[in-house]
Amino acid sequence: MIEPTLILQLPHPQLPPSTGVFLIATVIKMIVIFTIYMVGVAYSTFAERRVSAWIQDRHGPNRVGPQGILQVAADGIKNIMKEETYPSYVSKALFVLAPGIAFVPAMMTWAVIPFGAPLPTLWGRIDLVVADLPVGFLFTLAISSLGVYGIVLAGWASNNKYALLGGLRSSAQMVSYEIAMGMSTVCVLLLAGNVSLNEVVQQQAQMGWNAFLLSVAAFIFLIAAFAETNRVPFDLPEAESELIAGYHTEYSAMKFSMFPISEYANMITASAMMATLFFGGWDIPFTKWDNTGDATVLKALLTFGAFATKVILFVLFYIWIRWTLPRFRYDQLMSLGWKVLLPMALVYVIVIAATVLALDMAGIARGPMFGAILFALNAVLMGGILFVLDKGRLISPAYSRLDRSRVERLRAMATGRSHLAGRGTGA
Amino acid sequence: MTTGTTRTVEVELSTTGLSPDGKPQRVPLVVGGDMATAVAAPPALEPDLEGEHMLINIGPQHPATHGVLRLVLELDGETVVRCIPHVGYLHCGFEKIGEYRQYNQIIPWTDREDYLNSIGNNVAFALGAERLFAIDITERCTVLRVIAMELSRIASHLVWMGTTCIDIGAFTPFLWGFQERENIYNLLEGWVGARLTTSATRVGGMAADIPDKWLEGLQGFIRTFPKTIDECERMLTRNAIWVGRTVGLGVMSPDEAINYGLSGPLLRASGVAYDVRKDFPYLDYETYDFDVPVGTNGDVYDRFLVRVEEMRQSVRILEQAVKRLPDGPVNVDDPRLVLPPKHKATSEMESMIHHFKNVMEGPRPPIGECYVAVESPKGEKGYYMVSDGSSKPARWRIRPPSFVNLSAIPKMVEGHLLSDVIAINASIDIVMGEIDR
Repeated sequence: MIEPTLILQLPHPQLPPSTGVFLIATVIKMIVIFTIYMVGVAYSTFAERRVSAWIQDRHGPNRVGPQGILQVAADGIKNIMKEETYPSYVSKALFVLAPGIAFVPAMMTWAVIPFGAPLPTLWGRIDLVVADLPVGFLFTLAISSLGVYGIVLAGWASNNKYALLGGLRSSAQMVSYEIAMGMSTVCVLLLAGNVSLNEVVQQQAQMGWNAFLLSVAAFIFLIAAFAETNRVPFDLPEAESELIAGYHTEYSAMKFSMFPISEYANMITASAMMATLFFGGWDIPFTKWDNTGDATVLKALLTFGAFATKVILFVLFYIWIRWTLPRFRYDQLMSLGWKVLLPMALVYVIVIAATVLALDMAGIARGPMFGAILFALNAVLMGGILFVLDKGRLISPAYSRLDRSRVERLRAMATGRSHLAGRGTGA
Repeated sequence: MTTGTTRTVEVELSTTGLSPDGKPQRVPLVVGGDMATAVAAPPALEPDLEGEHMLINIGPQHPATHGVLRLVLELDGETVVRCIPHVGYLHCGFEKIGEYRQYNQIIPWTDREDYLNSIGNNVAFALGAERLFAIDITERCTVLRVIAMELSRIASHLVWMGTTCIDIGAFTPFLWGFQERENIYNLLEGWVGARLTTSATRVGGMAADIPDKWLEGLQGFIRTFPKTIDECERMLTRNAIWVGRTVGLGVMSPDEAINYGLSGPLLRASGVAYDVRKDFPYLDYETYDFDVPVGTNGDVYDRFLVRVEEMRQSVRILEQAVKRLPDGPVNVDDPRLVLPPKHKATSEMESMIHHFKNVMEGPRPPIGECYVAVESPKGEKGYYMVSDGSSKPARWRIRPPSFVNLSAIPKMVEGHLLSDVIAINASIDIVMGEIDR
């Protein structure tokens, strides 16, 4: 005997769930996402080691478990069992806090990234995103810029010159590239007309991937994401050969381990943002059925698979780049960020805004035709940019440094006796 | 002051710099208790608006100093205002030890000074000793020594390229290079039984002739090695970041390079075509057909190009050496110098006496002195020996090219950034064993 009221209360699988179900579902999503994410982070360290080994004609870790897949667990145990050292003169509270601050923002960003088509359940339709915030990627930009605090604090609290230099470098680097990154996402905003990431995914399903419609923005975002995550060729904060280990020189055991973990976490997050903003998110390419019609379980699973594949491909791309390129120098990095990427992004925003306005005024509907025109424009722009970049002029060579007289003046300043400048001890 | 044992040391360097008469000011530090405190702190200087300078130690324990070099850098932000290299952390006293060893017993010490070029040092030392003994080595030995020197040059340049790549942030060419270096070491292992510390030569010959089929292995290496250089070059030579990181860095003009006494690839990158193999030929190098690459700008990039080309030229020399390798004995036919074969030493009275005399007393050169220089991968490597007629040198001295080359580092790095210091230091190709000896 089922009471009629209960039947009325039972929600339809294609409609949003009640508040209670929503809360429970959110908690479950958080746990699932956190688990998958941490496993992903662990295995991206493993992937890094194996892929780098293949690139370098080596075997890589292949002893713990079949093909070395348990290496991750062994590393984790090792890191936990190691001694936690506190060098004297460190600022203890900040020293302990820094790894946590570095790690948390990378994870928080995931809250707003949609990872699949909605999942129909008996209790209602569950959106496959932890929090579909209306402020969408403004949130990701805000949170991801907090990550730099962890690194700066680690560098500062360590009371070590190398760590300090690493922290300084990373703060300058992350702040500079954040701006270029933000500017490049403005174009996505213009096209989607919304900052909710779910809307961005829907827009790409209609018009084609933003990687084609906004190639220049995707290009800038990609470079800025490398800089944001401190990966080669932008790994200056921890430049091993210069600064020993940069900001984490003084860290050991699990506190140290938190920094690589947050680096890989950032890498996965950046890959997910790249996939969502420019490569269609969970959209399966060349199909329409995943975006239209009723939500089904199969659809949810397949779209999640598509999203995961895209993220993994970007993670592999990160790894591939790391083992191929040398590292920038500090001034080259800054001039690339401020003198090249930022102006490029600014001009591009204007170009895209004008184009979108013109197309709207011409009465072209937002659809494949709209996308095709944008693609043609971007192909031309991208060709021009790559042609200029290929000349290699954008990376300033070493000449553009201090001239002789300025060095002498700086030395004189140190000695406090300008009449002695030029009679140095070293040269 | 602190209680207990107090030791006063004087540190030659501090930011306070020079005294009025131009000498570095010595700041006494008191070491005692658990921390060092400056006692007579120098009078504080007026702070400049541009901020303080930071004094930073690169080394002696640092991943990029290729051993135990210590560079004391005075940084303004990240710009180097002053650089003072400190050496001596690896001092072993090779030269002094040599005065208590017979000539053949010194050869293992030569392995250990420039340990990336050990077989080349063996050859260089043997050449010096042979000039002192006034003997001519056999044809086969000459060609074998050329093969040894060129293999060693390639191995050393590969390490140079790999470590420089790592210092500039590219990890992969390092391992590609090491793969080939491994092949060279396998060849050396097959020849003399050791990989790094080869001790391959003896006065008057070699420790061993090459085994059967060894030349086929060498030919295989000659075939495959240029492909590896091509691959590494594809990763680096036209890579915008690599070029941006190395061009215009640590420039030495030809005049400066000569005045600092630079030699080897550093000097040639500055445009001076000085190569001991061409200018003061030894081991019949004048009969080989090879080119000496010369740079134009004298920067780190040119040094890279020069070394890469030298590896290719070494392959050319190896090809010619394999072709001309004659049959015949390796060691000179002089029982006073060379140990007799084992079976003769155990069966013939005369050979046994020679064996005994050679081992217990060692061969005696006539009274005299000599200086022999070879082109080592790092530059002009010289051995100076003085004989007083006994079986041990009265004086043995090494001219280490990387020591002389390192002396130019303050000149090269000043005004560059911290990252550039690492790249420039790498471009010199130092081996601390050779510098500190």
